[in-house]
Amino acid sequence: MSSRRPPLYALTRARVLEFIREPEAVFWVFAFPVIMALVLGFAFRDHAPERLPIGVAGEAGLRQLGGAPLTSSALKTVPFATLEEGLRALRTGKIALLIENREPLVYHFDPTRPDARLARLEVDDAIQRAAGRKDPVERREVPMHEKGSRYIDFLLPGILGLNLMGTGIWGIGFGIVNARLKKTLKLMTATPMRKSEYLLAQIFSRFVFLVLEIAVILLFGVLAFGVPIRGSLMLLLLTALLGSLSFAGLGLLVAARAQTLEAASGLMNFVMVPMWLLSGVFFSAERFPKAAQPLIQALPLTALNDALRAVMLEGKGLPAITGQLLLLAAWGLVTFAIALKIFRWQ
Amino acid sequence: MGTANSSPGRSETATAAILCHGLAKFYGEVRAVDGLDLEVRYGECFGLLGPNGAGKTTTIEILEGLTAPDAGDVRVLGRRWGTHERELRGRLGISLQETRFSDKLTVFETLDLFRSLYPRGREPEQLLADLSLEEKRDARVGKLSGGQRQRLAVACALAGDPEILFLDEPTTGLDPQSRHQLWDKMESFRAAGRTVLLTTHYMEEAERLCDRVAVVDHGKIIAQGSPAELVAGLRAPHIVEFASEPALSAEDLKALPGVRDCRRRDDRWFVSVAALVDAVPALLSRLDRGGSRLLSLSTHRATLEDVFISLTGRELRDE
Repeated sequence: MSSRRPPLYALTRARVLEFIREPEAVFWVFAFPVIMALVLGFAFRDHAPERLPIGVAGEAGLRQLGGAPLTSSALKTVPFATLEEGLRALRTGKIALLIENREPLVYHFDPTRPDARLARLEVDDAIQRAAGRKDPVERREVPMHEKGSRYIDFLLPGILGLNLMGTGIWGIGFGIVNARLKKTLKLMTATPMRKSEYLLAQIFSRFVFLVLEIAVILLFGVLAFGVPIRGSLMLLLLTALLGSLSFAGLGLLVAARAQTLEAASGLMNFVMVPMWLLSGVFFSAERFPKAAQPLIQALPLTALNDALRAVMLEGKGLPAITGQLLLLAAWGLVTFAIALKIFRWQ
Repeated sequence: MGTANSSPGRSETATAAILCHGLAKFYGEVRAVDGLDLEVRYGECFGLLGPNGAGKTTTIEILEGLTAPDAGDVRVLGRRWGTHERELRGRLGISLQETRFSDKLTVFETLDLFRSLYPRGREPEQLLADLSLEEKRDARVGKLSGGQRQRLAVACALAGDPEILFLDEPTTGLDPQSRHQLWDKMESFRAAGRTVLLTTHYMEEAERLCDRVAVVDHGKIIAQGSPAELVAGLRAPHIVEFASEPALSAEDLKALPGVRDCRRRDDRWFVSVAALVDAVPALLSRLDRGGSRLLSLSTHRATLEDVFISLTGRELRDE
């Protein structure tokens, strides 16, 4: 009799064993976010700004414009033998601006094209300065290449949040609907098991993987892209834990009554797709209209992403994210309570 | 729900382990259970016998507290589900029809899980031995044969060392060897003085295992008693089975002394008779007079199958 384990422990352990023996599930939890971050990280990685192509037409040829050579790191110059040739290239968009090299210089460009306007500024700036213009106001330039402000830095916490949502809702939802279909749920209720313990075990089994899931994604971000983690790791873990709790609760709620995998999967998409789009995974949620903000800010994934970014990228402490954490906890507790109340065991 | 209450409650309820009165359950227009009374005594193996769709599963699930009846009163171990559910859950063992356990867990892990859900019970190693599953201890449930799975289901039902074991069609779909193996396990459970309630549509199973059976049809009990009593209650307790060339007609047979009923399956006649000493000589002389050649002849005592046919006019097995 002394070997008897608490039911909550046994139920959680069984769920964890089931999960790790399902290779596909392991892939979706651990490999998928890494692959996604890798692809997006490369697609949006920093590279030197492209040089604008401009054309120079006229007998004097290249580098002798206005009496001085044209030097600018922002420009790429293409020589044209005749004005006609140069204008044709301009019309077809091969160059942003054409300099007719004569006295005085003539700039041919389309002022409605932003790159043409930019080329006009760059060209004129370079020519005037080469000709000896002095700038009366002194200034200094600070290029932003700092880690923590790149797209991948923004993206990685979002992917972490997204993954916590996916594993929470899919993992718990499908596990439960499957058990209902196989009638194991019904059989469990024929034992003295407490129903709340069964549902809690589903949530706890997610927590077991949480540390590993976070570690894989963060380690990848740090090693592959040098994404900074400026705040406390413990706070980051707490944030992820509460985020996971809110999604586990949603997962339970989604699966509370669904009788088929199709019904459950439709409901899951209904819950998850809006958050994919609105909660600031791939771009800031603040880009949406002001009127929609109260709703967007109330979504658990928005709260989680904001809190993760605040801790990781800005090094914020607990006081700065208390609001988001409370919101996540509330989502978790309320959905759990409703799920327990309306749960269909047979 | 203290421990003092959890000893078998014989004194307060006389002898009934399970007692129900006027049980009814409707699904829309369908009367799945339609005014059913039942009394299962302590220490007996009781069978609910009937064809598919007779209401057996609905009945047993109401008694198990898994389905709420629309009408009627249920007492299990002297307790009602509404007031003593948790206590009852700890004292009963339940195996549902067609439960599938998680394929990813091993046999031992599954038993360990179920054991952990009961406040007291049998240890997994002991359950493995009881159900002859030792060799499959570390096999995944997904790899088990049908018979092994069914034994696992019974093992899980025994994890809480129950006072009553509920089994819904425990051997349906099993091969004869697996079926016999399970019957042995159920017999030894009953031999230990425990109560068993099972549903089945196998006559052989009911006759071998059950002290008493209730024949269920259309949600009602149409006969109840020990298998021997039910058979003895037939007006024609003997069956004469024969084939002849050319065959006799039903009218020919009904004219013979003591013949109550006859039915034909392929070339063979099954004739229910009151007394063999009257019927068999008469049959032989009828064949002789008609110039028919007897191809085969055997007799047996009527079984529960014959009881069912005589009660309902239908065969029990649904082929």
